[in-house]
Amino acid sequence: MATAAAHTAAGTEPGEAAHPAASSARTAEQQAAFDEAVAADERIEPRDWMPDAYRATLVRQIAQHAHSEIIGMQPEANWITRAPSLRRKAILMAKVQDEAGHGLYLYSAAETLGTSREELLDKLHSGRQKYSSIFNYPTLTWADVGAIGWLVDGAAITNQVPLCRCSYGPYARAMVRVCKEESFHQRQGYESLLALSRGTKAQHEMAQDAVNRWWWPSLMMFGPPDDESSHSEQSMTWKIKRHSNDELRQRFVDICVPQAESLGLTLPDPDLVWNEARGHYDFGPIDWTEFWAVLKGNGPCNDQRITQRRRAHEEGVWVREAAAAYAAKHGKATA
Amino acid sequence: MSSSTDWPLWEVFVRSRRGLSHTHAGSLHAPDAEMALRNARDLYTRRSEGVSLWVVPSTAITASSPDEKDSFFEPAGDKPYRHPTFYEIPDGVKHL
Ligand SMILES: [Fe+2]
Ligand SMILES: [Fe+2]
Repeated sequence: MATAAAHTAAGTEPGEAAHPAASSARTAEQQAAFDEAVAADERIEPRDWMPDAYRATLVRQIAQHAHSEIIGMQPEANWITRAPSLRRKAILMAKVQDEAGHGLYLYSAAETLGTSREELLDKLHSGRQKYSSIFNYPTLTWADVGAIGWLVDGAAITNQVPLCRCSYGPYARAMVRVCKEESFHQRQGYESLLALSRGTKAQHEMAQDAVNRWWWPSLMMFGPPDDESSHSEQSMTWKIKRHSNDELRQRFVDICVPQAESLGLTLPDPDLVWNEARGHYDFGPIDWTEFWAVLKGNGPCNDQRITQRRRAHEEGVWVREAAAAYAAKHGKATA
Repeated sequence: MSSSTDWPLWEVFVRSRRGLSHTHAGSLHAPDAEMALRNARDLYTRRSEGVSLWVVPSTAITASSPDEKDSFFEPAGDKPYRHPTFYEIPDGVKHL
């Protein structure tokens, strides 16, 4: 494994297996120390003992998050060559480059749990690990780039801000870095949509059409409703998650309604109305059949995204091999 | 779980401005030190977060064990007299 001494998990002590009773007493002690640390809001670090299920949950979640960042580059990169001005083009390139960076921060965090980059990419390419369903929708017009920045990055921020306090140190630190960078993503999207909304009638309509198509999938980004969410409760106890899916979704809706008003655009939900008693906006039912269908691989772009990802990886083989050969020849690598 | 094709892992340290020490920023994979530096620049200083970078092969780091947390750091635990607040100084004594 290519991880450092500073990263690798604490191993089994020699002779432990020979004394099952002593070993289970030791495990109970470690479990108690872990529970205490989590309850006290301390961070768990890579070499600390942790329950296997905690480790597995983190690997699954961080991997899915990392994959989402790099797959998410595709729908937006689709518009780089056709950005309407040099300014917008430079901004979009910087944003897509940031998403690559987010993927790398997160892959590094996942690797501290004892998996490897190769294994993670392999699981993405073979469909054994998932990425966010939102990236299986197409970017049909330039306005989609603005709508993604405002809504998709906006939903991601709502999800990610609480993750900055996640109980696993490397994940929390990666999220701090990511969140600092995300706010530019959301603001550039909003500004771009605003320019369209205040533009010609055709531009305004294009902006409205993009919002109409991205609104519902953005709400689905928070995951299934709380009563159907299989991992939620345990993740809350472990303080990997701090708020429930429905709670975060509501927070996002409440933030978006006034922002849409300032944009001069409407959100495509006739049931959206302020509820004085709850102090929140009520909103209409989400089409969860669509969500599950896209998740199972039947979204408009699932095949395209994975095919493109595999191709990029395969076409990069010779570059990786050449760099490794160069390093071997010049003897600077310290594998 | 040995990974045959992954490049070696490097730890990245960034000096955010002159006068401050390098701080651990994260890690990355690279085939050699030179590429590690370039990747570190692209990954950790896209917004002028640093004026100097160190990259260190992760395998070169020796870490203390989390298991010996208590015993290893224990010697410092019972020496409060190493802190200035340990000492009682009469009110009104200045510059001390
Ligand atoms: Fe991102
Ligand atoms: Fe983003």
